[in-house]
Amino acid sequence: MTTRTLQFKIYRYDPDQDQKPYMQDIEIEVDATDRKLLDVMVKLKAKDDSIAFRRSCREGVCGSDALNINGRNGLACLTDINSFPEGKPIMLRPLPGLPVIRDLIVDMTQFFKQYHSIKPYLINNDPPPERERLQSPEDREELNGLYECILCACCSTSCPSFWWNPDKFVGPAGLLAAYRFIADTRDQATNERLDNLEDPYRLFRCHTIMNCVDVCPKGLNPTKAIGKIKDMMVKRAI
Amino acid sequence: MVNRKIVGAHYGLKDWLAQRITGVMMAIYAVLMAVALVSGAGSSHESWKEFMSCGLVRFASFLFIVSLCWHAWVGVRDIWMDYIQPAGIKLVMHVLTLSALIGYAGWATQIIWRL
Repeated sequence: MTTRTLQFKIYRYDPDQDQKPYMQDIEIEVDATDRKLLDVMVKLKAKDDSIAFRRSCREGVCGSDALNINGRNGLACLTDINSFPEGKPIMLRPLPGLPVIRDLIVDMTQFFKQYHSIKPYLINNDPPPERERLQSPEDREELNGLYECILCACCSTSCPSFWWNPDKFVGPAGLLAAYRFIADTRDQATNERLDNLEDPYRLFRCHTIMNCVDVCPKGLNPTKAIGKIKDMMVKRAI
Repeated sequence: MVNRKIVGAHYGLKDWLAQRITGVMMAIYAVLMAVALVSGAGSSHESWKEFMSCGLVRFASFLFIVSLCWHAWVGVRDIWMDYIQPAGIKLVMHVLTLSALIGYAGWATQIIWRL
């Protein structure tokens, strides 16, 4: 089986041992059975077991292996190793803008705090029906492109507004989830949800640069959802 | 006082909308001015003065000045919000910016309407 060598530069930082972060050079032999970056990272881990990263489902569903790959956020398990330019080392860094716990593992507390702040659950005070709360096919259609978010944080951590105000700006992932419930005809808290975002920081720090759309590994469009929230606010106000 | 991050000022939409509307008004004014220049309104000082002193142009110029200052207020305020953290200094910068913009608006209007 033909093999080739891939060169990596990996961000390393162990706060218990290192004074400051550094980039580690490491090479690994890959063969035809290695298709995705995560496959190679597992091999790297076998070669140097001190490298720390998160991973779980290895098929783009859990969102735990989000990294900054050659300067661009993405999921290691969905990144084809043949997509890397020949002869250049592959740069692996943790998601930008979040505190590093160790190596490629970041502390996502702030990200999830913003996600929780939009109340990501259906609010309906009517007694639950015997089977389920029904929607028309048209109403259900509006939720497509919203519910698929896997909360990998690729979008929010590529957003300069989130880097600058992670404690105040909800971020694209949270706002996509917010619109998912605002758009849900079964939800009864639309006004409260809009009130919750009617703030110069929480929603309006989005300046539509669309980094979030560019990096989303699921092909979702948080900018469009944010625009729809703004539209709803305008319609409510006039 | 407990040091908590507080959000929820409830003026996000108003300012966002104002910035867009004032942007459109400035763009329309810029097009009108370009058309006026191309059609020869600025060929001499006299013709330019006559054009600018027309009631409709005065009205449009006043709207432009107000739009410019309002637009600038939202933009500059955003910069202070991002780069200045102590609330006291931020408030002072807001007041100074507002004062300067209101002063500029009055001054510019006086110049335009004096024609």
